[in-house]
Amino acid sequence: MEWETVIGLEVHVQLATKSKLFSAASTAFGAEPNTQACAVDLALPGTLPVANEQAFRYAVMFGLAIHAEINHESIFERKNYFYPDLPKGYQTTQLAKPIVGAGEVEISLSDGSEKRVRIHHAHIEEDAGKSLHEDFHGMSGIDLNRAGTPLIEVVTEPDMRSPEEAVAFAKKLHGLVTSLGICDGEMSQGSMRFDVNISVRPVGEAEFGTRTETKNLNSFKFMEEAIVLEVERQIDVIESGGRVIQETRLYDGDRKVARSMRSKEEANDYRYFPCPDLLPVVIDEAYVEAVRSTMPELPEARRERFLADYGLNDYDAGILAGDLATSHYFEALCKLTEDAKQSANWIMGELSARLNSEEKTIAHSPVTAEQLAGVIIRTKDGTISSKIAKQVFEALWLGEGDSADAVIEAKGLKQVSDSGALEKMADEVIAASPKQVDNYKNADPDKRPKMLGYFVGQIMKASKGQANPQAINEILLKKLNELL
Amino acid sequence: MDPSEIHKLAELAKIEIDDSHISEVTARISDVLALVDQLQAVDTRGVTPMAHPLDTVQRLRADQVTEPNNREAFQKLAPEAEAGLYLVPKVID
Amino acid sequence: MHHLSITELAQGLREKQFSSVELTQNYLDRIQRLDGELNSFITVTPEAALAQAEAADAALAAGSAGPLCGIPIAHKDIFCTEGIRTTCGSRMLENFISPYDATIVKNYKQAGVVVLGKLNMDEFAMGSSNETSYYGPVKNPWDHRCVPGGSSGGSAAAVAALLTAGATATDTGGSIRQPASHCGLTGIKPTYGRASRYGMIAFASSLDQAGVLTRTAADAALMMNTLISFDPLDSTSVDAPLEDYNQSLATPVAGTTIGVPQEYFGDGLSVEVAAKVQEAIDEYEKMGAKIKEISLPHSNLAVPAYYVIAPAECSANLSRFDGVRYGHRCDNPKDLQDLYKRSRAEGFGDEVKRRILVGTYALSAGYFDAYYNKAQQVRRLIKQDFDEAFAEVDVIMGPTCTSPAFKFGAKGSDPVAMYLEDIYTIATNLAGLPGLSIPCGLVDSKPVGLQLIGPAFAEAKLLNLAHQFQQVTDFHRLTAPGLD
Repeated sequence: MEWETVIGLEVHVQLATKSKLFSAASTAFGAEPNTQACAVDLALPGTLPVANEQAFRYAVMFGLAIHAEINHESIFERKNYFYPDLPKGYQTTQLAKPIVGAGEVEISLSDGSEKRVRIHHAHIEEDAGKSLHEDFHGMSGIDLNRAGTPLIEVVTEPDMRSPEEAVAFAKKLHGLVTSLGICDGEMSQGSMRFDVNISVRPVGEAEFGTRTETKNLNSFKFMEEAIVLEVERQIDVIESGGRVIQETRLYDGDRKVARSMRSKEEANDYRYFPCPDLLPVVIDEAYVEAVRSTMPELPEARRERFLADYGLNDYDAGILAGDLATSHYFEALCKLTEDAKQSANWIMGELSARLNSEEKTIAHSPVTAEQLAGVIIRTKDGTISSKIAKQVFEALWLGEGDSADAVIEAKGLKQVSDSGALEKMADEVIAASPKQVDNYKNADPDKRPKMLGYFVGQIMKASKGQANPQAINEILLKKLNELL
Repeated sequence: MDPSEIHKLAELAKIEIDDSHISEVTARISDVLALVDQLQAVDTRGVTPMAHPLDTVQRLRADQVTEPNNREAFQKLAPEAEAGLYLVPKVID
Repeated sequence: MHHLSITELAQGLREKQFSSVELTQNYLDRIQRLDGELNSFITVTPEAALAQAEAADAALAAGSAGPLCGIPIAHKDIFCTEGIRTTCGSRMLENFISPYDATIVKNYKQAGVVVLGKLNMDEFAMGSSNETSYYGPVKNPWDHRCVPGGSSGGSAAAVAALLTAGATATDTGGSIRQPASHCGLTGIKPTYGRASRYGMIAFASSLDQAGVLTRTAADAALMMNTLISFDPLDSTSVDAPLEDYNQSLATPVAGTTIGVPQEYFGDGLSVEVAAKVQEAIDEYEKMGAKIKEISLPHSNLAVPAYYVIAPAECSANLSRFDGVRYGHRCDNPKDLQDLYKRSRAEGFGDEVKRRILVGTYALSAGYFDAYYNKAQQVRRLIKQDFDEAFAEVDVIMGPTCTSPAFKFGAKGSDPVAMYLEDIYTIATNLAGLPGLSIPCGLVDSKPVGLQLIGPAFAEAKLLNLAHQFQQVTDFHRLTAPGLD
């Protein structure tokens, strides 16, 4: 049987506010445990929440970016459950009246097609703390620094039909929230986390199959792997006569296995009700318009601009404009090198490959735009060959020098263009290769340019790649022709 | 309301009720529910629920960090803390 | 000097008839001597009190003292007090030394008051007799076999026994007015949102409101001037202009229209109490008020609606007491669930557990609409009754309680009998309105109260009417028999 995959996502996007959603404690990542958990975050008796305006501004920005309705009145509800990382014993979230209503996001697929993913809604809520499972004499340690960090949870319709579509959506969303500046996009720090609802159904079937939810995926790669694995599992279950059970699953990206989270299966009843400590939040049209007028450039508009200003092709423009950090890098590089094509090539080629191989993001690239610009400029002015350029890049990546020039200098990688030295090398090669010289002389004139390659190669070898190929060509041609 | 329902509520509310008390608790809760069941007779069609006595809107705070690190003072209150962490019996997902 | 009102004490301090240290020592001695029997204090803080008194004397000498400077008061143990144990009447917080001050505690500190200690109360303010306190029942100074009322039973008994000049208290369904009635005091619950709830341990957030218990309306006005403030830390704190409640005390009663709801004089009201209340209303008529019979048709639904809403809110508010970050933790928990369930079972008393369970039920799936939503709809009907009444009258008057203080254990094991104690006071909390009780006579040698209910923000009017009554009557001057 042919199966169709149906995917819906719930994405937790940590908002880049300085302080928490309901307290004035810092949201900075990586602090010592519980040093950023204030009385409100710890739910000390008598403490009360006061909502952070910036979280609403960010949510409105997101709503506008996905062409969604902004709900003028939104309310907070309490979602009740006990967990050590949830100090109040309830999460303050939005259920009945979320701030952002239905919207949509367009994604581009590798076959060149475009697809619309509908957003059901996005709501504001507070993040939980963390349970650390290292052993403290058989106990778990609780760090509440993250407790109360503002999130928007973006809930899609089940509109995606393949892991590729889901990942394309996730990347699009990442580009969107980072371009808006409402999220730092640091996936490895949990700034964006995906819950994936997956079901399968026979192709042509109208009804959805029973879905499972795989929780808390924090990289595009893990998300893709988890979907592939879960789709396979569901098809296996059904084809071997079983039934998919609605459950919450956890994917272990290191071990590449998933398992059911049985503890979440216990009949939970969250008993949502309006939070009596918080009044309805009213966002009027004037506020929305004020936010709209200060919206930063979004990936779509940036792509158009890159096409027009830099003469890029569609594909390159889409990638370079899609993500804020990438677009910043690209534009910085272009400004320094005044060469959009080379800049694009380097980012899309060498830099991306290297970043991917080490699972780094461009924001954390060991080679800065300034450093890479040095490499490009020195290639263009003939100081180094394009082959040496890659060596210089690698040295910069490894931190072996502060700038392209420093690396070139320290490693003596400067291209030899000095005609005296090159002529000497040419004479030596010609003298050492009588057979090849004879062949050259006796060859058909049309075939001679091709035969030049051997001599060029020998000189490159002798110069360890530092000879200027253009100059060598000219010198060799002159010298060999003199022998005719 | 029967003891099994009380057990379910006690599970949600994380309150242990030992078996010797369950019938007493069930009876008392039933008394309260009998009182509040008077509400069922009221015609409330078209009445908007009133979650709050104030007919006003949420005031929002500027995004500023003003809370200092008070970990030491706060963790003095903790039944068990170590290395800056609150300790609880092992959390199993 | 303990027979003097706050107004008289303030004058005595200014005229150097006595110092704040002498005054404070006098109250501390009385507490030492009498409170072993009454049990109105959970914690007495003599050293801190005397230090504050010395500072107050210095300020008085320097001429920089405000009206309450040097006046000894005590706080209900529901208000967080930095460095001082704050129990909320519960075993759960037996060892909880609050790391911060409630806003109203700060307000009084800034006013230079002397704080004698923390007052007994029903556990988490859930009760109407002070019998649910983990720290034992409080005796009514008028009759030691009787309850002082609750939940602010310690506050009322301490003021009535002249162990403190005034006390702070809270009122969620009558917890200031009912003990005021039973102990012969003036007690006021301001409009919801008028006093800060920050640092006041929450019972039912949409109903809780701080207020004061004093011997006279003029004293209440003085204490209210300091209690009321706009608090940015409480989202439900109202940012309205502050009033000087002393200013309007002298306004004549003539021209005021008093509404008397027929529903407050029905079955269940003791004939003797009805007579005292009627005499008080007659007194107002003599002072030139117009009396108008009104109807609050949904009055009988206030208690049922309250016993859905208050438990629902408390079921979530008390989830933070989980034995993880502070408060009671059971010995040797075998796992996390055991830690939660036993810590809470041991830390909470029966009435608190009962209300948590009722609230959990009212919010649970399948019952939410029938209970929680229904109760909130009825709440609006109750509010509308008041709105309609206040279109015609300036103030509503009636009994505070059905009868004078009852004997310990009189309400038996049926919680509902106790719940009906607040039959006349609860509607005010549901509607968020200000309410006040003043003594209007003795029944069976025990005080009974007249209740005044005003439209939102009519505190000044209520205090004015109460003060005018106290200008022509002496009920507020009566003290419990046997007091020296």
